[in-house]
Amino acid sequence: MSDISKTIEAVWKMESTRLIAAIARVTRDIGIAEELAQDALVTSMELWPEEGIPTNPGAWLMTAAKRRAIDWLRRGNMLLQKHEEIARELEWQQQQLGDAMERALDQVIDDDVLRLVFTACHPVVPMEGRIALTLRVIGGLTTPEIARAFLVPEKTMGQRIFRAKKTLTKANVAFETPSGEELQRRMQSVLSVVYLIFNEGYTATSGEEWMRAALTDEALRLGRILVQLLPEESEVHALLSLMELQSSRNAARRGKNGEAVLLPDQDRSRWDHAQIQRGITALEHAQQLNGGARFYALQAAIAACHARARTAEETDWGRIVLLYDVLLQVNPSAIVALNRAVAVGMANGPAAGLEALDAIEDATLRNYHLFPSVRGDLLMKMGRLTEAQHEIQRAITMTDNLREKDLLTERLAKMQQTAPI
Amino acid sequence: MRFMMIVIPKGYESAAPDATPSAEAVAKMMEYNKALQKAGVLLGLDGLHPPSTGARISFSNGHVTVTDGPFPEAKEVIGGYWMIQVRSREEAIEWAKRAPMGDNELIEVRQVQEMSDFPEDVQKAAEGFKHPANA
Repeated sequence: MSDISKTIEAVWKMESTRLIAAIARVTRDIGIAEELAQDALVTSMELWPEEGIPTNPGAWLMTAAKRRAIDWLRRGNMLLQKHEEIARELEWQQQQLGDAMERALDQVIDDDVLRLVFTACHPVVPMEGRIALTLRVIGGLTTPEIARAFLVPEKTMGQRIFRAKKTLTKANVAFETPSGEELQRRMQSVLSVVYLIFNEGYTATSGEEWMRAALTDEALRLGRILVQLLPEESEVHALLSLMELQSSRNAARRGKNGEAVLLPDQDRSRWDHAQIQRGITALEHAQQLNGGARFYALQAAIAACHARARTAEETDWGRIVLLYDVLLQVNPSAIVALNRAVAVGMANGPAAGLEALDAIEDATLRNYHLFPSVRGDLLMKMGRLTEAQHEIQRAITMTDNLREKDLLTERLAKMQQTAPI
Repeated sequence: MRFMMIVIPKGYESAAPDATPSAEAVAKMMEYNKALQKAGVLLGLDGLHPPSTGARISFSNGHVTVTDGPFPEAKEVIGGYWMIQVRSREEAIEWAKRAPMGDNELIEVRQVQEMSDFPEDVQKAAEGFKHPANA
């Protein structure tokens, strides 16, 4: 790729969100807004290599998109009856469109971006569509980039985005920011979309390494943007905190041979401490907004306990147990109960942990491979090695994940060295 | 990818110890910083007191010399920096182009080294460093 196309690509990634958002306010439809913005981009790719990058690339793109939006409006109205009133209205609409564009040129309107975020994450669209559309119109990623990140063919991803836009149009989703209770509800969708993007990159075990890393970076960027757009919402700060704290451990998560290194064994000097600081600051914001006992805030607080511990041994497990107690009330899931049992085991000894684990009533948990894995771990610490090995063997058969299998097999091998069965 | 945008302001090499920027300059800078924040790319920023308040420590043949500022022979001095997270070198350059700099001022854009950029023996040497934040 030539230098100038890389620069155009960079400019596009910087400008596209606000461009689409401003146009969408006028067209009231994301799909059309995105197409018009894309058209402007194509023109820039033709003209800028010859004329040079304009001093204000955002304004240039907005002007180009404005011309196309007026054409689109004109074409749409040509299909209507050629009544004098219609003709006059057409002129008025063009004027309105022109004015709106001019204003959008002069001031960046944050509300438009917020509207765009809520619309792209609308619950009427299937979750995978919301993710793809968000990465496309807010992230400014190309369809091939998104396809590579999720390991699907480009055509599939293109269809997914297309269907998402069509769903929004058919459902007549209004291009606006919700308020009150509706805002809270819709915000949950936005936060879920961002956290899912983050997890896709964070927990990936296959696929192009750099593309997966790009996903966590993108999620972090989206999280930071949301904090600017919704500064009074505690869970927005909390989600950013959680993502910063989790990704701060990235460099320590892989061993020399690319093998996974779990939290207790990580070299903490490789943690990104500036990022930890950012995460803790964001958590404090959430707590100052009285959101300390909410879903993401509690998870972030648990992550912060780990981040503050200089060594694994210094981890404040008692506090983590307390946080899980509250989290269980907010989100009574078996997984949370499982994680709590692990924490109880660390805080009060393996016997207490086993008691907590076996007290979990959710039957579905028994089919989750982490259950025997955790159980085996606790039994091993209690010296009940025969039972422990059986549990680990059961866990190995229950997981398809190769990395998990390797970790469990290694653990089993270590146990068998001391007490073979 | 992380980049540092290093500000090399003209005239800072001879600025008085109590030099402060004008209110207008600060306002423009705040606008720019806000733009970086809104785009979700800003990780951190700092301004530095002028070189007249600083000190230089030079090394030569096992000998260490301390010199108090200002440093008349220095043509370029650092005024401050932004740390940003962007998707490419080109994006970092585009952001630098938009910074509110005066005439003949300079921003140098440099990518931050990540540990994974280094060969294994260098990584090994850096292992076990107890970061002050965790002390």
